[in-house]
Amino acid sequence: MSSGTLYDKVWDLHRVTELPGGSTQLFVGLHLIHEVTSPQAFAALKDKGLTVRCPERTVATVDHIVPTISQQRPFEDPLAEEMLSTLERNCAQHGIVLNGLGSGRQGIVHVIAPELGLTQPGMTVACGDSHTSTHGAFGAIAFGIGTSQVRDVLASQSLAMNKLKVRRIQVNGQLTDGVSAKDLVLHVIRTLGVKGGVGYAYEFAGPAIEVLSMEERMTLCNMAIEGGARCGYVNPDHVTFDYLNGRVHAPSGEDWDRAVAWWSSLASDADAVVDDEVVFNASAIAPTVTWGITPGQGLGIDESIPMPESLEVGERPMAEEAYRYMDLQPGTPIAGVPVDVCFIGSCTNGRLSDLRAAAAVARGRQVADGIRAFVVPGSEQVAKAAEAEGLDQVFRAAGFEWREPGCSMCLAMNPDRLEGRQISASSSNRNFKGRQGSASGRTLLMSPAMVAAAAVHGRVTDVRSLTPQPDL
Amino acid sequence: MPSFPSGPIQLVEGRALVVAGEDIDTDRIIPARFLKCVSFDALGDQVFADDRKELNGEHPFDQAQFQGASILVVNGNFGCGSSREHAPQALMRWGIRAVVGVSFAEIFFGNCLALGIPCLTAAPDQIKAIQAVVQADPSRSWSLNLEVMKLSAEEESWEIAVDSGPGEMLRSGRWDATSQLLDNGPKVDALMEHMPYLNGFHAVR
Repeated sequence: MSSGTLYDKVWDLHRVTELPGGSTQLFVGLHLIHEVTSPQAFAALKDKGLTVRCPERTVATVDHIVPTISQQRPFEDPLAEEMLSTLERNCAQHGIVLNGLGSGRQGIVHVIAPELGLTQPGMTVACGDSHTSTHGAFGAIAFGIGTSQVRDVLASQSLAMNKLKVRRIQVNGQLTDGVSAKDLVLHVIRTLGVKGGVGYAYEFAGPAIEVLSMEERMTLCNMAIEGGARCGYVNPDHVTFDYLNGRVHAPSGEDWDRAVAWWSSLASDADAVVDDEVVFNASAIAPTVTWGITPGQGLGIDESIPMPESLEVGERPMAEEAYRYMDLQPGTPIAGVPVDVCFIGSCTNGRLSDLRAAAAVARGRQVADGIRAFVVPGSEQVAKAAEAEGLDQVFRAAGFEWREPGCSMCLAMNPDRLEGRQISASSSNRNFKGRQGSASGRTLLMSPAMVAAAAVHGRVTDVRSLTPQPDL
Repeated sequence: MPSFPSGPIQLVEGRALVVAGEDIDTDRIIPARFLKCVSFDALGDQVFADDRKELNGEHPFDQAQFQGASILVVNGNFGCGSSREHAPQALMRWGIRAVVGVSFAEIFFGNCLALGIPCLTAAPDQIKAIQAVVQADPSRSWSLNLEVMKLSAEEESWEIAVDSGPGEMLRSGRWDATSQLLDNGPKVDALMEHMPYLNGFHAVR
C-alpha cells in the first residue's frame, strides 16, 4: 500500500469515517455539476425530502448540450432547452452558483473550474463526468462519479469510496519539439493499455512532467481515465502556484502565503512508497495518433497500423474489430490516412495554449478542399483571450470555423457530430465506436497541432514536417 | 419487469445472457444522444441501441431466447469510458440485476453498486466456460449467491468474487449509501472545521 504520497495525504485529510463494510466516507471539497448528470440527482433529493448540504461547495455550468453555432435561447433542440432550464431551476432553488451562457465564466466544466481558481491543491474534487481526473493536475484527488453519487454529494458533501493504489508514471528526459502532453498521454495509454490503470491513481512525475505548464498537466491528467485510472495527479509546485495566483477564487493576501506553504507540504515525500512504478523516456515519444476504437490503439506518426500477428493474442480480437470498423488495413502507414472533419476543442485540448499551438500551424495556410474544420474554445474566457490575440482571425483566414464554447463534437450531445462514415482528426479524448454522434463515424485522436496539420493536408500529417510560416 | 433492487442483495436468480468483448464502453451501452433526458425512465429500450441496430435483431438484447434474462455475463473492463450512470440505469431498466465478468471499470462498478446491482468477477477461463454454458442453453436458470459467492446452474457451479467492502454493502442492504452518509453529518461538520482550505489555510489537524 502506498504511503507518503500526495494521494495518501489528501485521502487521510478528507476521510470522515469508515463505513460498515469497509468503504470510506470521504469529504468532497469541490463538487462540480452540469446539465447531463445532475437532473436525476436533484429529483432524487426531492423524492427523499433532502436538501443540498453545502450549496457553496457546488458550482455549476452548462457544457455538454450547448450548440456552438448559435447559443440563442430557447435552443432549437427542445430536449437541450429542457436540460438547461432544469439546471437553472435546480441551481436557483438550492442556491448554487451557475456559470451560465454569457456570464463570461461559462465553458466546459473541466476548463472553467481551474481558470476560476476553484480547483486547488489538496482538495477532493468530484463531478458527474469521468474527465474530472483533469483537476488532479493541481495536486487534487479528482474523480468522476455517477448520478447516484452526485445525489450523495449534494445531500452530504461526502461519498462512500474505496482507496486506490498509486502507480507512479515517471517520465524522464524531455519531450521533443512538436510533441505535446497529448502525445505523451496517448503514448502512456498505448503502452499500459486502457485497463492498465484500473484500481490505480496515476501519479505523473519526473523531469518531463515538472516542465509542463498547468494546461499541459490538465491534458495529461484528463486522459488518465482513458488508461483506466480514475484519478491522475501531478504534485503541486511553483508552476501550480503561479497559475493560481490572482485567480478569482484563489486565496489572496496572507491566506495566499499560508496556502502555498500548506500546498507545498502535500506533495509526495521523497521517500514515498508507491504500489507500482513505470518509467518512460519522453525524448523517445513521437506525435501519437490513435488508429482504432480505443484510446489504447495508438501509433507514433511514423508507424503503420499493426499486423495482427505482431499483437499479443489478447489484443487481436479488438484489433480485428478496429480494422473492420475503421476500414483501415494492417500495414497501412498512419501518416497519410485521409480525414473528413477536423475538430479542435474539448476538455482535453480546448484551452488557450492548445489553440495557440493549432493556430501556429494554421497561420498562413489553408484548410484542404473538402475538409470541414472547426475550433471550439473550451470556455468563454478562453474564447475572449484567444480573440484578444487574434487567434480567431488566424483560424478564420485559414478556413476553420470559429465557434462558441462547449463540449461540441467530443461526444455529440449537441448539433456538432459526424455524419455517416466520416472520419475525424480530433483533439478530444475518446475514439469509441459511435462516440462522435454517428453510429459508423470514425475518430483519430491526436494533439491540436496535429489536427491543424491534418486539416491543411486533408490527411494525417506529422506536424514536425511543416516548416513554420514566416510571420510566426 | 421485476421491481428494482432494494434491501439486502443475497441472491439473484434468473436466466443469463452474454455480451462478449473486451473494453465495452458506456457510450456503447447507452449512446450519448439518449442522455438528453431529465429522467432515467425511458432508457431500458435504448440500451446498446447502436450495436443492436447494427446486428439487426441478432443482438442478445433482442434475441427471443434471452428476453427476460437478468444476469449479464461480460468480459474484461466492462463499462469503461464515460461515467454516465445512464449505462447501468439502462441495463437495470431492461431487466439486468447482476453482471458477471472478468473485470469492471471502476466508475461503472460504483454506479452499479449504488443501484444494488452486483458486479462480480471470475477468472477469464471461468468466464469463458460460463458464457459457453449460457450460449448452449439460454433457457437455463442461474442462481447467483452472494453469501457463498457462487454462480450455479443445475449441477454446475463457479466461484465468483467481489471486494469485501462492496460485497458486505450488498449483502447487508447498505449499498444505498445516502442515509449512512447523512448519519455522519456531525463528523462532516467537525472535519470541515479543520479543513485548511475552508479556514483561511490556518488549521491543520
